[in-house]
Amino acid sequence: MRFATSPAPFVYAGYSVPRVMFQVLLALAPVAMVQVALYGPGPLLQLAVAVPTALACEALAMRLRGREAGAALRDGSVLVTAALLALSVTPLAPWWLTLAGVAVAVLLGKHVYGGLGHNPFNPAMVGYAAMLVAFPLAMSRWPVPLDAAGTDWSSLAIQSWHAFLGTASRGDFDAWTGATALDALRSGLAQRYTMEEIAARSGLGPLAGAGSQWVNVAAVAGGAYLLLRGVVRWHIPASMLAGLALPALVMHALDPGAYPGPVFECFSGAAMLGAFFIATDPVTAAASDRGRLVYGAGIGFLTWVIRHWGGYPDGVAFAVLTMNLAAPLIDRWTIPRIHGHPR
Amino acid sequence: MAPYRPRGLELPAHKAVASAAPISTAPAPAVAVLALDQGSGRAARAVVAPGDRVRVGTRIAVTTGEATTPVHAPVAGRVLAIETRPMPSGDGPCVLIENDGSDDREREARPLAWAGLEPIALAAALGDAGVAGYGGAAFPAATKLAAARRHEAHHLVLNGAECEPWICCDDALMRTRAHDVVLGAQVLMHAMGAARCTVAIEDDKPEAMAALQAAVEAARDARIAIAGVSACYPAGAERTLLEAVTGIEVPHGAWPPESGLLCHNVGTAAAAAAVVRGEPVTSRIVTVTGSGVARPGNFEARLGTPVSTLVEACGGYTDRPLRLIAGGSMMGRALATDEVPVTLALNCVLVATADDLVERGPEHACIRCGDCADVCPPRLLPQQLLLGVIANDPETLERHGLADCIECGCCDYVCPSAIPLTARFRTARAEARVRESARRRADDLRERHARHVKRLDAASEAERRAFETARDHARGQGG
Repeated sequence: MRFATSPAPFVYAGYSVPRVMFQVLLALAPVAMVQVALYGPGPLLQLAVAVPTALACEALAMRLRGREAGAALRDGSVLVTAALLALSVTPLAPWWLTLAGVAVAVLLGKHVYGGLGHNPFNPAMVGYAAMLVAFPLAMSRWPVPLDAAGTDWSSLAIQSWHAFLGTASRGDFDAWTGATALDALRSGLAQRYTMEEIAARSGLGPLAGAGSQWVNVAAVAGGAYLLLRGVVRWHIPASMLAGLALPALVMHALDPGAYPGPVFECFSGAAMLGAFFIATDPVTAAASDRGRLVYGAGIGFLTWVIRHWGGYPDGVAFAVLTMNLAAPLIDRWTIPRIHGHPR
Repeated sequence: MAPYRPRGLELPAHKAVASAAPISTAPAPAVAVLALDQGSGRAARAVVAPGDRVRVGTRIAVTTGEATTPVHAPVAGRVLAIETRPMPSGDGPCVLIENDGSDDREREARPLAWAGLEPIALAAALGDAGVAGYGGAAFPAATKLAAARRHEAHHLVLNGAECEPWICCDDALMRTRAHDVVLGAQVLMHAMGAARCTVAIEDDKPEAMAALQAAVEAARDARIAIAGVSACYPAGAERTLLEAVTGIEVPHGAWPPESGLLCHNVGTAAAAAAVVRGEPVTSRIVTVTGSGVARPGNFEARLGTPVSTLVEACGGYTDRPLRLIAGGSMMGRALATDEVPVTLALNCVLVATADDLVERGPEHACIRCGDCADVCPPRLLPQQLLLGVIANDPETLERHGLADCIECGCCDYVCPSAIPLTARFRTARAEARVRESARRRADDLRERHARHVKRLDAASEAERRAFETARDHARGQGG
């Protein structure tokens, strides 16, 4: 009797790339829900433009590269890029800005390098950095969160819609937007206020900014799910948060009037989203456990440096891109000891 | 640096059904197909010719050097032919013997007074009887014993871990013939000059452990200890097993004897026991299992028995078997035909239906998730090795330890991108070996050329001197 043959092994765990990507999307759901609850429907509008743009760009790129588009669209990776970008930009971003950012992310961040698995930089952060550099004003207009200064959800909905369509005037934005916690900190310190005065003036919450702290809490919840499902390992989130918290701890102890403490740092801006969803992108991270500790710590530390000594209120995107550059070198220095090789 | 921690997978064992039945004797084949390469990768030299009459135990092939063992006829009858046949490890030369059913023996079994023999003589006797690794490598036992004596390795480790799913021939052996294993351990210890022996068994085989414990106590041999290792694939991989049992990490590039250790399979020990009772190696225990056979079980099968005969002994094929696998589901080799015969290296025949297999998903690009690195037993980074394979870069492959890959398949098992990593690494290893031998050949040629040139130079120098001497002489005469 004759039999078909194939190479060993003959059994598999049954994990798949689409399943990994789907779990990341699922873990992002709390972040999206908290953003919608705090800032109105803006994040949904951003998703509504980001997702179709991302799919169209992926299909176009695959077509241009002479490949079959179906498999790439089904692997779900481009959806993660779109969702990360849509949840990173302000809910008041105009549609064309998000469209351009997603197009840059997918085309220039991913496919020019050969698509999934071959990109040296985190595609979502490439798109985000391009948007931030090209349109700094539009990228920094964050709405005043619900219940602060008497806003309600229906007015947030109207604001989102006008901002999305580009029909809002400059005066409208002045009325709608407020400083984020990191903005307030930066401008307050520049005006020689102390931390306590800034906190009293800008109405911070128990952890950090009144709105952004809850987005960060939601990212922790999603991250915990990813850790439990084994989609991400603890090394990068832990080392990134440590890299962010340690300088904060030291500098806060030395000069509490000028530097916020570690809790504020870790629950502000994109810290938690970065720690669990962005820095953990395996394609662009270091390979070994030890390498990932170095990589994550570098992102955390650079984020802190950019926040306090750099030109931008938040630094996660630039810190991630910088450490993406360093990842191959980290990989070379952190090859684990193979069994039987000298220590 | 943290101490070495073994890695691997917890896999469903699938051993209960086959190991429930006692070991049965497989029917003798009508035509025994004896591979000259019993699994070590080198063929022995046949010493019979078509038409010759052989008896059970007649030597039909002799060793050619280091990696071959003599082969003995498992049946009595006439040699039909010597020809190339499909083997578990690819096509290879075979001696075909037509079984006349008489089972005439070459000579009556004469027990060996092994305890009085010099270790060298005992090792030679084991080698002459055809004892080779039963764990799957079929490497000659005598060569390993000689290395152990040369390096004064005094610790024998018998590998009874049997970690791979489906395979349970060693478990059956230890449960039912524990005395053979203990006697074999004593024989091997004497042949290598060992002071102690540890039998390593996965802790999911309590019966085997108890049987061996009882046999050790009956033998009153305090040198033999039994060690449980945690049931985890691939707990039985030699180097990591040696470290788990002895705490000694055999260095890269070194043989276990250089670290004072020698590892043999429990089946090899049982074969050594049979040899000192006067029986040459002519059979082994084979697990025949999977949803594709009616009654899975363990069989004492003569070498050269076609797999199809074993399947018939199990009640034949059920259902629709998809793969016929020599070995287990992780490291086994898919056979194209069931005409393949039993060799020393064949521990298991897995007749797998769709229920036993998991289809590999569509392949994606590597997303460097690192799941493979988490399970790699020698602690390689398969995702980085893959980069070296794709770039065909020997330097990257060497830096990331391609030579240390044990081809266990753990990385394939967990890979979400369904990349056939093990197959790619196997190919890359073969290419690296070709490169290495080409480099050696080139070095050798260069050296020979240099010697040749030197010789020529020396010759012409001598000629020149002779000429000058003659010339000076002539001038002297002329002047």
